[in-house]
Amino acid sequence: MLNIENLTVEVDGKRILNDVSIFIGEGETHALFGPNGSGKTSLLFSIAGVPKYRVKSGRITFKGKDVTDAPMDERAKLGVGIMFQHPPVLRGVKLMDMVRISMERMNGGKKVTDEEVKELAKKLNLDNFLGRDVNLGFSGGEIKRSELLQLLAQHPDLVLLDEPDSGVDLVNIGLVGNTINELLQKDRKTVHRTKSGLIITHFGNILDYVKADKAYVMMKGTVLCQGNPVELLEDIRHRGYSECLSCLSK
Amino acid sequence: MLEQVRLDEIRMKAEAAKNKKPAYGNDIDLDKYIHDVPTRERITTLNELSSGIKERALTIGMDASEALRSGSFFQHDQSVVISKSMQEGLELMDMNEALEKYDWLKDYYFKLVQPDADKFTAYSATHKVAGYFIRALPGAKIEFPLQACLYLGREGMIQNVHNVIIAEEGSELHIISGCTSDVHVTQGLHVGISEFYVKDNAKITFTMIHNWAENLVVRPRSSTRMGKNAVFMSNYVCMKPVKDIQMYPSSFMEGENGVARYNTVVVAPKGSHLDLGSKAVLKAKGCRAELVARTISTGGYIASRGMIEGDVPDTKAHLECRGLLLSDEGVIYAVPELLGVKQGVDLSHEAAVGKINEDEIQYLMARGVDADTATALIVRGFLDVDIEGLPPALQAEMKKNIELGEKASM
Repeated sequence: MLNIENLTVEVDGKRILNDVSIFIGEGETHALFGPNGSGKTSLLFSIAGVPKYRVKSGRITFKGKDVTDAPMDERAKLGVGIMFQHPPVLRGVKLMDMVRISMERMNGGKKVTDEEVKELAKKLNLDNFLGRDVNLGFSGGEIKRSELLQLLAQHPDLVLLDEPDSGVDLVNIGLVGNTINELLQKDRKTVHRTKSGLIITHFGNILDYVKADKAYVMMKGTVLCQGNPVELLEDIRHRGYSECLSCLSK
Repeated sequence: MLEQVRLDEIRMKAEAAKNKKPAYGNDIDLDKYIHDVPTRERITTLNELSSGIKERALTIGMDASEALRSGSFFQHDQSVVISKSMQEGLELMDMNEALEKYDWLKDYYFKLVQPDADKFTAYSATHKVAGYFIRALPGAKIEFPLQACLYLGREGMIQNVHNVIIAEEGSELHIISGCTSDVHVTQGLHVGISEFYVKDNAKITFTMIHNWAENLVVRPRSSTRMGKNAVFMSNYVCMKPVKDIQMYPSSFMEGENGVARYNTVVVAPKGSHLDLGSKAVLKAKGCRAELVARTISTGGYIASRGMIEGDVPDTKAHLECRGLLLSDEGVIYAVPELLGVKQGVDLSHEAAVGKINEDEIQYLMARGVDADTATALIVRGFLDVDIEGLPPALQAEMKKNIELGEKASM
């Protein structure tokens, strides 16, 4: 599904990803751990194609296509979907329209009615938010649900999630987890899943709800180690990231 | 008829100000324009207008079918060719006719706008004038909007307009007032005085739509006096090229608990010079005002002014000037001003001028929207001012105009 080979990325001339390689197979979910500023979000943005993340070397292949230089909208059309942690406010653009845009695109350009959008929004208890400007005055939890709603409408093959569990209260974390499971077809048998995911999580809370197949620890723009998500998380919880520094110096 | 003494007094004041430069905007040489134009013949229905005129009029909300309208007024050059009210409780006539008919108009005519304010008001007071007189009788709720069109059809002329609008106590009135010019007209000047009186418990929504031509100069001069619990909502849309517009309408909120709202939505393409503002003076307890301007420059100059004055405690008002610069040739000059003279006023403003935030475009692109469509969506959203309480017909008219202008400007 996604193959990143030796990716080095700069923002405004500053190196933020250094020789990163990861491979996510079809139907797999991977988790990304790391302290603040370690490059996790930068990696997601580089995969999504945010222009200021300039690839200096290496390659991103998605579904067999080299998308290293493809614009964001092209990657989205190919099936890359991203959940933003801090999305901008779109004044005057209603959530209804935002969701409809993706639904209609996935519907082969056919019109989607207000009712159909409402039905989908109900899943995330956002039907009353559809008339509001996108992200204007949304709480942290509402932003997460709104992002997930947009992803549901988008049906991406690769779901990039930036801290889906941060700022979400206990009541809603289950809803967030279930929605991610739906996006990643977790109800199907492993071999029948076609959707893949890459989830950034700071404290690993979301992994109580969404099972990951593999995890990485990132630090200073580099993937330090990879392995079983549960075990890696245990290590981090007990020893913190300080011990990772010794790996970095190796 | 208005007493001769009163007319003489107005004329005298005006004469003294005939060379007085305006406080804002470019000075204009009035002698460059034709002052006297032939009279146009009256018509009995809007359908008698030529198809070209009807088409132009439709772009500013004047619908010849008159569906969902309470009245129609059409001034062609200096002649009122039709004015008819279609609802009981609504008076609509040529200003000159009203001046003949009502002695008491002396208490309204040139009372809010001074004849010696500047050379434009002075010109208006000393030359042949037309315009509309609109009055909602006490308690009359005029459900559908009244449509008025000021049509400039002669090359190089000055169109001189003086309007008086009165919503008597407890009445409600919605007006679409559109100004446009003939497609063949390349030069012209429109001077328009409007005096609004919103009496106790009355409400006026006024939507002014401009669709001029590239070399037209426009100088509206308008002012509103508001009574107790009065509501005045003024919307202004100008999405098409025009050479030069300067206006700074004001509301004097004299009764308690008045509500005033101004919404301004404009686009200035290259060659347009727009100096716009709105002002609210809160003079009684419980008054509220909101002044919102959304301006886009695709190469033209925009001054976006706003002034709120809080004269008494327990008043609250907010001013918002947002400008989008879509070209390096454009200029947006936002000037929000607040003046509080008593404790207990609550006045605020926010002003922002900039380009479209790249993050917003990228956010949409991440959903599979191409860059051009994303930009268009953001611009449309920017111009989409929520106007609470605006009748659906007016809202639709305004939206339609914004969309038409957007297509033309992008």
